[in-house]
Amino acid sequence: MAIHRHDNHVSANAFMEWIDRRLPVTKVWNEHLAEYWAAKNLNFWYFFGSLSLLVLVIQILTGIFLTMHYKPDAALAFASVEYIMRDVPWGWLVRYLHSTGASAFFVVVYLHMFRGVIYGSHREPRELVWLIGCVIFVALMAEAFMGYLLPWGNMSYWGAQVIISLFEVIPFVGPELTEWIRGDFVISDSTLNRFFAFHVILLPLILIVLVFLHLVALHQVGSNNPDGIDIFENVDENGKPLDGVGFHPYYVVKDLVGVCGFLIVYLGVVFFAPDLGGILLEKDNFAPANSLQTPPDIVPLWYFTPYYSILRASTESLLFVFAIGSGLGGIAAMVFTKYDIKIKIAIALVAAAFVFIFLNSSGKAWGVILMGSALVCFFLLPWLDRSPVLSIRYRSMPFKIALAIFLVAFFVLGYLGMNSPTPMRTLVAQICTVIYFAFFALMPWFTSIGETKPVPDRVTYDEH
Amino acid sequence: MKTFFYSLLSASFLSLMITLPVNAAGGHGAVLDKVHMNMADKSSLQNGAKLFINYCLSCHSASYARYNRVAEDLEIPLALLQENLMFTTEKTGDLMTTTMPEQDAKRWFGVAPPDLTLVSRVRKPNWVYTYLRGFYQDESSPSGWNNSLFENVAMPHALYELQGVQKLVGKLTPEELHELDGGHGEAQAGDYHIVGDAKFELVHPGKLSPAEFDVAMTDLTSFLAYLAEPAQLKRQKIGVFVLTFLIILMGLCYLLKKEYWRDVH
Repeated sequence: MAIHRHDNHVSANAFMEWIDRRLPVTKVWNEHLAEYWAAKNLNFWYFFGSLSLLVLVIQILTGIFLTMHYKPDAALAFASVEYIMRDVPWGWLVRYLHSTGASAFFVVVYLHMFRGVIYGSHREPRELVWLIGCVIFVALMAEAFMGYLLPWGNMSYWGAQVIISLFEVIPFVGPELTEWIRGDFVISDSTLNRFFAFHVILLPLILIVLVFLHLVALHQVGSNNPDGIDIFENVDENGKPLDGVGFHPYYVVKDLVGVCGFLIVYLGVVFFAPDLGGILLEKDNFAPANSLQTPPDIVPLWYFTPYYSILRASTESLLFVFAIGSGLGGIAAMVFTKYDIKIKIAIALVAAAFVFIFLNSSGKAWGVILMGSALVCFFLLPWLDRSPVLSIRYRSMPFKIALAIFLVAFFVLGYLGMNSPTPMRTLVAQICTVIYFAFFALMPWFTSIGETKPVPDRVTYDEH
Repeated sequence: MKTFFYSLLSASFLSLMITLPVNAAGGHGAVLDKVHMNMADKSSLQNGAKLFINYCLSCHSASYARYNRVAEDLEIPLALLQENLMFTTEKTGDLMTTTMPEQDAKRWFGVAPPDLTLVSRVRKPNWVYTYLRGFYQDESSPSGWNNSLFENVAMPHALYELQGVQKLVGKLTPEELHELDGGHGEAQAGDYHIVGDAKFELVHPGKLSPAEFDVAMTDLTSFLAYLAEPAQLKRQKIGVFVLTFLIILMGLCYLLKKEYWRDVH
């Protein structure tokens, strides 16, 4: 018996050797799982990376089954979704998993990004991990936006109408460009068909490639940790970090707990509140697309609402505030800095140009520019952040206060974007828009002032 | 540090809470009665189906729903359904369409009656319940009927033989509504019947008493809610099993995690 088992062992080894000579399975397994060293003190914030991957898989799998029954045709699309909800066995479950999954994707991605900001995961040497992540975020927004047209409900139709018409503000080519995007003078069957192609083929492919690059870039530099310490500065004789554990099995089993917790919330919504009071499935989208009947309030889904609020907040009065801001910024640069006089004049000229531009352009065009800039800000984060330490645990008070104010403004913008505007709400949205951009514009300043706490040599870990 | 962080998060949520009342004040003004539905009550849903097919389906369609699915979900024997409730088709697998041509309907009513399969998800049950009970006689309208919730609606009162004919006495002020149970429930004010914020007087009684009519409309509203999402009858039952399983699994995963992490110091 013992000899027999020994033989099996040998043959299993021989098999893996045969494979490994032709495909680096064992090498990849070790480098990226068993001997991928991650700090032992990663907390629950670190669940959201693997959860994003899980949701991507859920969306692709449920999406495959939805495309088996969905008809990308303006005359059939709405009815085919109802067919999935009623006549396809378990179709309702697959559809709710997909529609709830879209929102779950943004929940975990927003939390994942926030984790990066508070622990300094965007900083050197992980700038590319962060940048690729930002591209994933933008691609995900495009994916969600195009997917939302497919049910061909009335909100799908008018939402797409509003967002595509934003491209009209682009100088010279705007009207032609929007026509080219739609494939028609209005949102129509041709728009639906091309959005279907982008949603099920192009963007998922882009997302998968980007996620792969995101992981390759991460594994090149190693994972950060809540202390923002480089664990490779303390290694044993084999080069293994003293504070590191292998991703497999340690973080695999830990992430399983996170997966269960996530599934409880996600499936709780799927089974008990799939439209979540109109937040996940808007009521106007249960009526088919109707080009003659505009819904009373055209609102995007919650994950777009902070940016939508910024778009709507852009009025002449907001531009006036920006003009004053640029003017004051220019004066401050002249008075308080010690640059050469030529540089000072250049700064003053640029500031004057901005004042002129802000005072002489339309609110709509700037709304689009501001909405785009709101996303561009995330890309600049690694270079705007000048703090000498990475983690919020050791950062100075000004950073924490600024981050708290930014968070509040972000939530308020998101909330206001879900509701129809009133003069009061527009004013609040404008204040929050100013805070949003001020957070990024002033970051080089508030991250370099105040007293940081001393960073320990080794990670803080309390055993449970 | 953690405490600072949590105070930071709670500050954000607090700010949301502060902005919430802004919404309540700026909400849409329609006063709706609350419908007390029981989706587990099959006889209520069956009665709703009967009312729907007899009174609604001749003009409105429910063209995403199939007869046999309704029969299966509501436990109506197929033979009974075929004999008593199917007027437009012989095949039980057919969609619940209407025989009224859309062009004619447009000519007769000015607007084609909308499909009702999803009306409960578009309008929400309380709206449906209030609307169905809000028809009143109005000589000035083309059909002779009007509706207190949906003013100048093209639809005539399809259920008048059950409800009877009511006349609008007036609209209640918010203060009066507040006194009458905030406009919720089946408020009675003397001889008047309150629907939403409208005060009605019954001028010709119908086959049903006002209380019986309200029950019938609860049944019809429940059926429309079912029709809008047939899966709701079973998704919550399945959900309980799924969540129970996941909670147990999470406990086991946690123990597994503890076991592996014992040797990390």
